[in-house]
Formats: sequence, structure tokens, C-alpha cells
Amino acid sequence: MDAQQLNLIYLIIAAAIATFATRVGGYVLITQLKHIPPRVEAALNAVPAAVLTTLVAPAFVYGGYDVAASMLVAFAVGLRFSTLRMLLVGWVAVMTIRHLIL
Amino acid sequence: MNRDEFREGVRGGFPIMVAASPFGALFGALAVDNGFSIADAVFMSAAVYAGASQMVGIELFGNNVQPWLVVLSVFAVNFRHVLYSASIAKHIRHFTLVQKFFAFFLLIDPQYAESERRAERGLPVSFSWYLGFGLIIYFPWLVNTAIGAVFGQLIGDPKAIGLDVLLPIYFLGLVLGFRKRDRFLPVVAVSAFASVAAMHFVGSPWHVSIGALAGVLLAACLPQEPGRSEMPAVEKEA
Repeated sequence: MDAQQLNLIYLIIAAAIATFATRVGGYVLITQLKHIPPRVEAALNAVPAAVLTTLVAPAFVYGGYDVAASMLVAFAVGLRFSTLRMLLVGWVAVMTIRHLIL
Repeated sequence: MNRDEFREGVRGGFPIMVAASPFGALFGALAVDNGFSIADAVFMSAAVYAGASQMVGIELFGNNVQPWLVVLSVFAVNFRHVLYSASIAKHIRHFTLVQKFFAFFLLIDPQYAESERRAERGLPVSFSWYLGFGLIIYFPWLVNTAIGAVFGQLIGDPKAIGLDVLLPIYFLGLVLGFRKRDRFLPVVAVSAFASVAAMHFVGSPWHVSIGALAGVLLAACLPQEPGRSEMPAVEKEA
């Protein structure tokens, strides 16, 4: 096993520990303290959407017009339907643009 | 161990397992596409067991983001579990320490939601039921990861078959899943703008931390509305 491979294993283990910490954390917290300051709670509440947005917006802006177009189509689908349908429709859209239109 | 309750859990978890299967396979294929081996992909599914954060992890890893930032992002995406484990505490107080360990390891979104629902209906949240529900989702998740990874290795150019758009669209779906939360629009708008600007002026991977920080700070600074619900809402991961 080379060093790079080993680093990936360590990375996965660290990610697993971080994930487990979130799954135990609330239990530990709730048994320790009764009240979380509202601003802290609001900040924590915003974390997932904020992080995930940073993986979406740059791909949309810098990913090329084919990616942007299929993301727009998927967005419209996602307002009504499941993520699985978004993926399916978005994939069909990008394949159509790449192989049929170009 | 109560066999009937275990079986009841398996029956309850089955549809979730079916629904999650394509995502397990998708994760496997994209992980291989981002430089993972099949074994790495299965190991990550087995050890982390949180689909959305696994996707985030491989995306950042594939972009050579610093390891600490990968782990921090996984932590951030999984942060909602803190609310789940806080809220579920009253239902699993009777578990032994070892049982609690397994319970928390398996605490994914549907596991939380179904446990709350079960308690709400006055049914016992027994360890047998909990384990049956969890394991019928856990093991197929690993198998599907492996299947996806094997297929991923057969794929030459991911762009030619449109694989590259799947992650951004998947993340877009996750973002949309949070749209009922307070301050969703301002947070997303600010994070989007900040991440695009950071990508342009600073470069990858800093767009992730800069963009996320901007949204989180905004949420903390906006006027707070009183009277938030006690029980955390379950976001659908997939």
C-alpha cells in the first residue's frame, strides 16, 4: 500500500469519526445542557445549505453552458419531484446537448 | 433480541433500502471516478454511512482539497445528526452503552424519522426493531456501492456519458431539500455569491469554506425569530 493510498484510508477514517461525532453529539449535549443560544442555533441550522450551495453555484457558473442548462432543467424538476428524477432528467438533458445538439 | 420486532424493523426499512440503492451505486461509480479504488469506496460507505456527506467527500477529494477541509465539510453536511441524536435521546435511554453505540452509528435520516414516528404512535423503540431497520439499509448500501464502483471502473471518459453533471445536480437536490428552513433564501444567495467570487479571486478549494462561512455568518446576524419548533425537521437526504 503506497503513501497516497494510506492517506486516503486515514482521510476516510477521520470522516467516519467526524460523522459519528455528529451522531453522538446531540445526545451528549442534551444530557449536559438545556439551552443553545438562538444565534448559535441559527448559525448551525444554516450550515448544510451554506456548504452545499458552494458545491452547486460554482459548477453552474464555471461548468460550461451544457452543465448550466442541464442544472436549470434539473432545478425545475426538483421543485416538484425527487432527487432521483432530477438526476435522471438532468442527465438526459446534458446527454442530449452533448450528443444530439453539438 | 426480539425476533418479531427485528423482523418488523426489517420490513419497515426495506422500502428505504430500495430507494437508497441507486444512490449507493451512484456513490460507488463517482468515487472511482474521483480516484478511489473499489475497496476505498466500500470502506467509506461502511465507515461513514452517510450518503450526502460521502458525495461531498469524494467531490472535494477529487479536487485535491486539503484533507482537514474534506473532513470539516463531511462534518458540516452531517451536522443535522446532532439535532437527531439530541431529539432521539428520550426514546433510547433504556439502551445499553453498546446498543447506543450501534444506534448512533446507524442514525441516518430515515432511521431518525421512523424512530420518532414509532415513539409518537406509542410503539416501543426497542433495540431489536432499531437494529432490524438499520441493518436492512446498511448492508445493501455496501453492496450497491461495490456494484457502482465496479461499473465506474469500466467507464472511460465520464463526461462522454454525462457522469460529471450528476454530482452538482445531486447537491442541488440536497440544497432544495433545505428550502423550508428559516432564512434559506438569504443564506443560499450569499453562499452562492461568495463561493462564485471566491472561486474566481482565490480559487478552488477555498470557495467551499469562504462561501459556507458567508452564509453561516449571515444566518447568525439576521434578526432571530422566536418560537422555533422543538423537534428537528427531517430533511430527505436523497
